[in-house]
Amino acid sequence: MRSFVALFRKELRSYFGSPPFYFVATAFLAYAGYYFHSDLIYFITFGFGLNIMENFWQILFVDLRLVLIFAVPLLTMRLLAEERRLGTLELLLTYPLRDGAIVAAKLGACLVVVATLLAGTLVYPLLVYHVEPFAFEPLFAAYLGLLLFAGVCASYGLFISSLTDSQVLAGFLTALPLLLLWLLSWNEAAAASGTLPVVRAISLFNHFQPFSVGVIDLRDVFYFLYATGLFVWATLRVLEARQWRGRR
Amino acid sequence: MIRCEQLTKYYGSVRALEGVSFSVGAGEVAALLGPNGAGKSTVMRLLTGYVSPTAGRALVGDVDVAERPVTARRQIGYLPEQVSLYPEFTVRRYLGFVGEVKGLARRRRRAAIGRVIEQCGLGEVADRHNGTLSKGYRQRVGLAQALLGDPAVLVLDEPTVGLDPVQAVEMRELIRTLAGCTVLLSTHNLTEASALCSRVIILSHGSLVAADTAAELGRRLEGAGRLVVRIDGPPDAVAQGLSALPGVLGVERGEPDGQAGVRFVVLASNPEPVQRRLAAMAVAAGWTLLEVQVKPPTLEDLFVRLVGSEP
Repeated sequence: MRSFVALFRKELRSYFGSPPFYFVATAFLAYAGYYFHSDLIYFITFGFGLNIMENFWQILFVDLRLVLIFAVPLLTMRLLAEERRLGTLELLLTYPLRDGAIVAAKLGACLVVVATLLAGTLVYPLLVYHVEPFAFEPLFAAYLGLLLFAGVCASYGLFISSLTDSQVLAGFLTALPLLLLWLLSWNEAAAASGTLPVVRAISLFNHFQPFSVGVIDLRDVFYFLYATGLFVWATLRVLEARQWRGRR
Repeated sequence: MIRCEQLTKYYGSVRALEGVSFSVGAGEVAALLGPNGAGKSTVMRLLTGYVSPTAGRALVGDVDVAERPVTARRQIGYLPEQVSLYPEFTVRRYLGFVGEVKGLARRRRRAAIGRVIEQCGLGEVADRHNGTLSKGYRQRVGLAQALLGDPAVLVLDEPTVGLDPVQAVEMRELIRTLAGCTVLLSTHNLTEASALCSRVIILSHGSLVAADTAAELGRRLEGAGRLVVRIDGPPDAVAQGLSALPGVLGVERGEPDGQAGVRFVVLASNPEPVQRRLAAMAVAAGWTLLEVQVKPPTLEDLFVRLVGSEP
């Protein structure tokens, strides 16, 4: 456990001690702020008498989800690709640590960073509540949904990062499929009519929808946890590939 | 302390190691020798649990590394061939991280870091970032992280490779101070192996060709010797003629040194008759024999004889 905590803390130090994190954090909060402002103006202009959860917060959380698609790959791209590039992975894998602990520490640290970014957006509900009180409870579901969604994106990013020693390539290959899935989740013309229902059924974007209106459906929770577990499993298999690849 | 039993490793269909068995006793310093691609690094990676064997087993103490890698790694300090350090860490902080990963409690960790910094001569760079260190200091930090936690076994993969002669001598001196530790080090440098190690393990093409004490291996060449000769004649023809002489085990041509003739080192199973044949050959061919010296065989000679190439 001490070994896991050591690596977890080292990862957190690497995030919070590096300039790229502050660039990502600034961009994330700037975009999130922009969406908060524009969605609020839209709701104030056209949303009189409508439910604030379904007509303001839902739109904002769906937009925040989009910002996460850009932010998470920038956070995950260095996780294992950097270790490979530096050559530190071999030494790390010979310390008294299980591969699972290494993956868990890296993913855990990344999720703490994502949670920190999301915590920065808590100021929005506080501002709105100050003007017009509303029920906070549904927002817990929405934030839980964002964290679960980020968990899948981060574990996918970690998996991609384990495949290469190029951070840029890792970031690109993480962001691209996420954007493609996002596109397919709302643009019916982007997929063949036969494949659209299948894409939607497995798309993480559609599974986020209930959270954005304050509903926690255990099937969706299970879906996100399952998808995260799947990519963690795939990452472990990649690390295990040193058994037959014979390279660092 | 280290025991390899029929250790076999395939990377896909590529054979890296086949049926290698040897042991290194507690407190012994052993050298793992072999040409490039012999399987030295594979043995080290199997011992550290970085990879698992296809067949056979590697034991550290009584622990099977493949079955209980984490337990085995607690007893091992490993210095890989290419020492890679986190560049953003200072030496002290990096060692703190490694100590924590190795499970050392805070107080014990602090004392251990102070000890290895002292032992490896890192005092003046302890607060510098790893990224700014010279190759020699990086290698020392690599050794320091391996020493943290007082491991019973040290596995050092080419500890002096890439170091300048002064740094290499310092590193050897450092290794010499590790009394009480079981050390397995791989090297290309046979002088280094002779100077540091009591046991020698020689690998070639993934197979074990010799594993014994240096003294015992020396006895295998009893009666053999090396002739250092200088001949004034066409170098290629001389080399060919020397290799063809009965009793010659190997011929090494020296670099031009500005003196007359070409220098050859001839490994012979019995130097005296070879010396006579050599003189007769030179006379018959019209070459001038400028110098002949008979020297006792070295570990290098044994290596050439067993492996058939330079280390």
